[in-house]
Amino acid sequence: MRRRLAARLGQSIVVVFIVTTIAFFVIRAAPGDPFSYEDSSRITPEVRAQWRAQFGYDKPLIVQYGRYLWSVAHGQLGYSVLRRESVAAALAEALPRTLTLAGLGLLLSLAVGIVIGTAQAARRGGWFDRITSFILLVFYSLPDFWGALIVLLIFAYWWRVFPPGGLQDTMHDYLSPWAAFTDRLKHLVLPLGSLVLLTMAAVTRYQRGALLEVLPADYVRTARAKGVSETRVVWRHALRTALAPVIVLLGVALPGMLGGTLFVEKVFGWPGIGMLAANAIGDRDYDLVTATVIVGAVLVVVGNLLADALHVALDPRVRE
Amino acid sequence: MNSAGPPRARLLTNRTARWSLVVIAALVMAAVVGPLFTTQSCVAQPDIVRLKNAPPSLSHLFGTDAYSRDVLARVLCGARISLTIGVLAVIVSTTIGAAYGLVAGYVGGRVDNVMMRLLDAFMSIPRVLILIAVLAIWTGHHPVPLAGLIVLIGVTGWFTVSRLVRAETRLAKNADYVASARALGASDVRIMLRHLLPNVAGPIIVSSTLAVGNVIALEAGLSYLGVGAQPPTPSWGSIFLEGIDAFTSAWWVVLFPGLAIVVTVLAFNALGDALRDVLDPRQVHFDREIPDAAIGFASVSPPAPPPTHQLAQNG
Repeated sequence: MRRRLAARLGQSIVVVFIVTTIAFFVIRAAPGDPFSYEDSSRITPEVRAQWRAQFGYDKPLIVQYGRYLWSVAHGQLGYSVLRRESVAAALAEALPRTLTLAGLGLLLSLAVGIVIGTAQAARRGGWFDRITSFILLVFYSLPDFWGALIVLLIFAYWWRVFPPGGLQDTMHDYLSPWAAFTDRLKHLVLPLGSLVLLTMAAVTRYQRGALLEVLPADYVRTARAKGVSETRVVWRHALRTALAPVIVLLGVALPGMLGGTLFVEKVFGWPGIGMLAANAIGDRDYDLVTATVIVGAVLVVVGNLLADALHVALDPRVRE
Repeated sequence: MNSAGPPRARLLTNRTARWSLVVIAALVMAAVVGPLFTTQSCVAQPDIVRLKNAPPSLSHLFGTDAYSRDVLARVLCGARISLTIGVLAVIVSTTIGAAYGLVAGYVGGRVDNVMMRLLDAFMSIPRVLILIAVLAIWTGHHPVPLAGLIVLIGVTGWFTVSRLVRAETRLAKNADYVASARALGASDVRIMLRHLLPNVAGPIIVSSTLAVGNVIALEAGLSYLGVGAQPPTPSWGSIFLEGIDAFTSAWWVVLFPGLAIVVTVLAFNALGDALRDVLDPRQVHFDREIPDAAIGFASVSPPAPPPTHQLAQNG
């Protein structure tokens, strides 16, 4: 088993390398460079040429690629031309925020989705199953950003219960510790709520499907035959087996989840990786863009590894 | 669940399928003939001072936007753009995905191994990020034409399909009909296209149906970020991109195109689900006990996963 996980780890590194390569060339393939944007009336061509030389944009693409790989291998992700700071510093600020949002969102939607999905499967075709299935199919069909916008409109503008966006209040630094904490929480509610609303529908569908596959199994029938109550059969015996595929599927679904987080961040002005990427891309901040794509891929890969490890922990059949 | 009769008949006895087909047909009709019937043009700006952001009324059912354009007319025009993008992009991605999956599954061995490792890498690329990156950089240079947008969305969307097709192909290629075709001297290409492809069509149809809705939502999201269909071209996303500045007061500019997207995506998702019920034998015979369901799934492969994107859309 340890060997299998080691092999997966090796694979993951290869995956990140390939993604890095793709991101690098795709982004450089576009015409221009970060300095094409600088206001030309204030900057002489000589200055621009000097900047290009300083950051290596005048070298052949393959040399730039080599230099980039070399520096990434040494833990240097480059320099953000627009933010005037190292990419690592920008990421160090944004990444924890995104992880908070996406991590909490994932946990909450897992919890809600597993409970609803199990309840649906327990009484398949019943009124609860049909009503929630339809409602969740609607949620499932909401475009992420639009769902978030509507949440914003309802809860921050029509019914002003939560702040419309941002990480904290402008007066945050002057608040008492407790007030500062609740201020942070208030700002988290809407983005987190939107993310859960949009994600739990998928979890529920997976959970319902996985449980329906397990329910006809012999051991479930055995449990019933032994007189175990139906509730206990579903929630203890069947659910335990049905959790494993859901966890694995979530690993597969992570890239989509990341996309969803990106839109939610944009709508609520949550200054995480998504916002960083959205701004960096518009401004052609090459190193920052490439780095956000790499970080995205790393998050996906790590998520998959975690899902794999969890699968092993939950399902003894794959342990040998 | 109806498990008798040919797929088409079973599909039509399925209530969800009937409804979603009706909705999709209505949407297509609205897109094709709708703009001919509205009295308003989708680009005309009749009175930019007095009709700016007018709320919904009898003469403008969905209100008007910041340029005094009729939102209903724009939503109808947007249907053309959005549906076209959805269908064409999915044709691109399904073609690539089916070809890749067929080859990997049929050839097998080391080729398959390499192709699958590559696919793992592709699947780890955050689709939205890479799309925004490419589109934004090109948009900065000159506007990306619709065809370019369609191709880009297509070439980033074939990974799940190809994985499904490969799995199905591996199962199908050992069947007797493949052996007999080979014995009759059929070439590999012929076997793949004429014998294997029709037999793996089920999952392809299901996943591409689901993908159409997803792509429409994705394009809207890209438009919302300013890198999708470029104004004044009215895709559903670009309509409310132009309404976003005033969206707390003129909410109708954002609400109605959004609802159009939701209805469309919902219809395609529901149809995809219904198709899966009809075409996927594992699910059709759900009520009967199949040993596969009890023991196999966890150690082989996850149960027919809805395509990756569905957790959060736009994946």
